[in-house]
Amino acid sequence: MNNLFVYLEIEDGVVGDVSLELLTKGRRLADELKCKLEAVAAGYQLDGVGAQVFPYGVDVLHLADDKGLSPYTSLPHTSLLVNLFKEEKPQIAFMGATTIGRDLGPRVSSALFSGLTADCTSLEIGNYEDRKAGKTYENLLYQIRPAFGGNIVATIVNPDCRPQMATVREGVMKKEIFDPKYKGETRKLDVSKYVSNIDFVVEVIERHIEKSKVNIKSAPIIISGGYGVGSADNFNLLYELAGVLGGEVGASRAAVDAGFAEHERQIGQTGVTVRPKLYIACGISGQIQHIAGMQESAMIISINSDPHAPISAIADYNITGTIEEVIPKMIKYYKKNSK
Amino acid sequence: MSFNIIVLAKQVPDTRNVGKDAMKADGTVNRGALPAIYNPEDLNALEQALRIKDKFTGTKVHVLTMGPARAAEIIRESLYRGADGGFLLSGREFAGSDTLATSYALACAIRKVGRVDMIICGRQAIDGDTAQVGPQVAEKLGLPQITYAEEIVDIKSSRITVKRRLERGVETVKGSLPMVITVNGSAAPCRPRHAKLTLKYKRATTLSERQALNSDCTEFYDTHPCLNITEWGAADIEHEAQWLGLSGSPTKVKQIESVVFTAKESKRLTASDGEIENLMKELIANHTIG
Repeated sequence: MNNLFVYLEIEDGVVGDVSLELLTKGRRLADELKCKLEAVAAGYQLDGVGAQVFPYGVDVLHLADDKGLSPYTSLPHTSLLVNLFKEEKPQIAFMGATTIGRDLGPRVSSALFSGLTADCTSLEIGNYEDRKAGKTYENLLYQIRPAFGGNIVATIVNPDCRPQMATVREGVMKKEIFDPKYKGETRKLDVSKYVSNIDFVVEVIERHIEKSKVNIKSAPIIISGGYGVGSADNFNLLYELAGVLGGEVGASRAAVDAGFAEHERQIGQTGVTVRPKLYIACGISGQIQHIAGMQESAMIISINSDPHAPISAIADYNITGTIEEVIPKMIKYYKKNSK
Repeated sequence: MSFNIIVLAKQVPDTRNVGKDAMKADGTVNRGALPAIYNPEDLNALEQALRIKDKFTGTKVHVLTMGPARAAEIIRESLYRGADGGFLLSGREFAGSDTLATSYALACAIRKVGRVDMIICGRQAIDGDTAQVGPQVAEKLGLPQITYAEEIVDIKSSRITVKRRLERGVETVKGSLPMVITVNGSAAPCRPRHAKLTLKYKRATTLSERQALNSDCTEFYDTHPCLNITEWGAADIEHEAQWLGLSGSPTKVKQIESVVFTAKESKRLTASDGEIENLMKELIANHTIG
């Protein structure tokens, strides 16, 4: 009772990285709260899930294995979680800030009248004093998230309602094995007790999910382009440099919105958070929402024709110039000096 | 076949261009300092609704918004583009609402409207980016939902087919009406204002807007009811007070901080051959690359 729950996202029997990242965070918070970490897997043919999640320190795995639960649709998964949460009364529940988690989370929170904070960038445990009511709450979940286009960071709490719910984007938390030999308990759920037939009103008739082609999150070197790159054609220079240095190409929201790069390359609050050893920002002015997604890079080089672009404040090297001029030189002198 | 559609729209501060005076000293948002705009994805939602209206004669599109008196602008903008009417939900009872209290109030207002086949809204608003209100309204009304919609492909005998845009692909789903649909920014952009409609509706106002201008013109609006924008307060919708505003909001803001990034000591380089070559040598020497 009153444990910390993580909803697992599963595609073709594989638990998503975003869920493993949440389990890693959840394990730490559960230790701090001295409660158990529990995971919910809903889908079809889930036999392999336990082996994937127990090393992350899962104490209890709730398994809802039913053909109707895959692929994901809103109502069956909502009913499952709402009814399970009514029984188990978790104090905290996490899900990924993905198209699934952001479809499911609000419905569950609305049904249970519990507060949900979307897209948290940090989760901590702490106390909260409600001065008006003269009440102090201990060990609440601090749900920390950027708001207002990334210009402010707000700490949100849910003093009275449970579970305290939060969603987190992929790549924001780090995933780390807790103990490779950790063994939790598996509880198989009788799905018909939780989900009714009328929940199956929306059917998926066609689905094309591509395997992610780019793995920007774990690339050690990222060459990233902004609106200042100017065109999709000019992005080819970035690909060329990435090819030579063995890196990946990223993009700012402005570049993605302008159609210069695919959405899955987007770095920042509304994209992926990255921590490479080298980040080369090309024609990126440095909006807060972009910086939030790359500021932990070990080294940042900015190439910008505007020497006073906001990104210059956080870059280790600021090269004043155009990418058409600078990138070919970087390639030339890298080739000349590397063995 | 015709449908009754409600578009949920929000007037938002334009967070894409935030200046220094956007935050007050107490850490709250100074909404007055920012231009108020039609939430971008709600315009995508309006377009999807208007396309259904184009295709199915007799379909009515009404816009529902919750906000201060000036949010009537959202409804006028919708009328200029082809909506049939709108409702403004306004009043101090709604102040301090989080997403859950907002969706409760909207759900109560939708019930007052009556028979509705589709509720269409933007996926999320740019001031909060939560994407919660759509699904929460759906749950409050006991309706199914289709989120991240990119295109309403077809409607046949109260079965709706929708293409959804997911992180790494697309999905086509089918469901029965009534339905809540949230529309992605990747959907078709909204049509521009229509010149004739703009002329027709430029005098469309709410009663409180007219009172503020001291120009009652009761007679004119009695004879032109289509120019009166319906305004509802909490008293006009059936509700339980505890679920509105602050008391209906389970989330509380503990603290707000402006974002400040600590500046690093940085080196400035020109694009000259010598400086770029030295930089590349340095990166190779300290094993950052190579």
